Amino acid sequence: MTVPAFNYLKPDSLAEALDMLATEPGAYPIAGGTNLMVDVRAGKLSPETMIDVGDLDELRGIVVKDSQMTIGGAVTIAELLRHEIIRQRVPVLFAAGKTFANTLIRNRATVGGNLVNAAPCSDTAPALLVLDAEVSLSSSSGTRWIPLTEFLVGAFQTQRRADELLMEVRFPIPPASSRGGFEKMGLRKISCMAKVDVAVMADFDERGACKDARIALGAVAPIPLRAEKAEASLVGTAFIARAPEKPVRCGEQVQDKTIEEAARLAGEAASPRSGSEYKRQVVYGLTRRILTAMATGIRDGEAS
Amino acid sequence: MAVEPQAVLLHTLRDLGYTDVKNGCEIGECGACAVLLDGEAVNSCMVLAMQADGADIVTNSGLGTMDKPHVIQESFADAGAIQCGFCTPGMVISTKALLDRNPDPSEAEIRDALSGNLCRCTGYGQIVDAVKLAASRLAGASSQREDARSNSKRGRELDSSNRVLESGDQTKVGGES
Repeated sequence: MTVPAFNYLKPDSLAEALDMLATEPGAYPIAGGTNLMVDVRAGKLSPETMIDVGDLDELRGIVVKDSQMTIGGAVTIAELLRHEIIRQRVPVLFAAGKTFANTLIRNRATVGGNLVNAAPCSDTAPALLVLDAEVSLSSSSGTRWIPLTEFLVGAFQTQRRADELLMEVRFPIPPASSRGGFEKMGLRKISCMAKVDVAVMADFDERGACKDARIALGAVAPIPLRAEKAEASLVGTAFIARAPEKPVRCGEQVQDKTIEEAARLAGEAASPRSGSEYKRQVVYGLTRRILTAMATGIRDGEAS
Repeated sequence: MAVEPQAVLLHTLRDLGYTDVKNGCEIGECGACAVLLDGEAVNSCMVLAMQADGADIVTNSGLGTMDKPHVIQESFADAGAIQCGFCTPGMVISTKALLDRNPDPSEAEIRDALSGNLCRCTGYGQIVDAVKLAASRLAGASSQREDARSNSKRGRELDSSNRVLESGDQTKVGGES
């Protein structure tokens, strides 16, 4: 398969990269290339110049400071999965990373690239949405931080201007009292695009009552949706304190009415992009599974 | 060497004679083109040759030869993990990346490590067996090496065989824009 011609530039510094993005006509940043190379081959994207930002130090770090995590745009999904604090404290992002494509892709694909690509089926976007993430965009004229909810404006559309580089993603590290989860449904277990993603984060007081809940649905609309009615239905309830004794399997009835109701409301929030009514049912099922796992501490399929 | 700016690492390696790097799908789905890029298993169809400038690249043929195969390659043959063989170089590369990081993987970890490599002939059972076999053989070799530290004669023999097994043909691909 031939690849259309383009120029390739590798800046030595961030300043040089931003200058190239501002001045080179038809410039486009490249890091892992796992989406970009597919789009370029397919003729969907025709950059005149690729600016290789994958090795810029400013985009390569995962920094934890003052209970906040900041992830560089060129950090790979594999690097996320190897980060101990993400594994232990940010289960929703860890689980999303585990479902991301496959091992070979995870070794190249970057967090920034996945967000800039803004595919409706992005796995990182719903997880980062429930973490209340913000992204920074830099150009030679300055840096701006915007909430991820505003950054994503439509299918494959973001607020990034052509001269801007997605620098970092940051979010508060969930408190120890919080719980979260992520489930994906695709055509197979691995190496697949999401048909439905559900991400959940919730925080609880010392009596186990839910103080705050966030539920995001991926691949059911041009951009990930928040299931606000479902979130509101959980707040004030103590669904994790009334844990079922075993994880709920597909087709089984959930005994907890709060979980059942929140899952039903999440399903109603889905507006399937391809008119596939089944996605509402899948959202319901995945939400129910995540909330049950949050209550029991056992993921479906992990029980002995 | 000089390459075009849009040259893809997969094609550059094949043009250089490393035809063990297979061109399967060119969309990052099949893993037949997997190579180790600075120790990480990646799809070479997704990497610009220029992005690999100065990197260490190891392909399947860099791990071992027909005369002196790598333990992983031998294990694939012994476990019958090969039918047409087209996916095998990529499978071997993903296995090498896994065992370098995790010498004693569980079956789930093996399946996860090979999740980017598709086989359309044999199914994956014997491939997973091959990785387990390679892991146990490498573990046996390393525990023998431990024993050999107190046995200088045997130590010399094992050290030399180990050098053969681990000496990768590391190719540098560079470019001028």
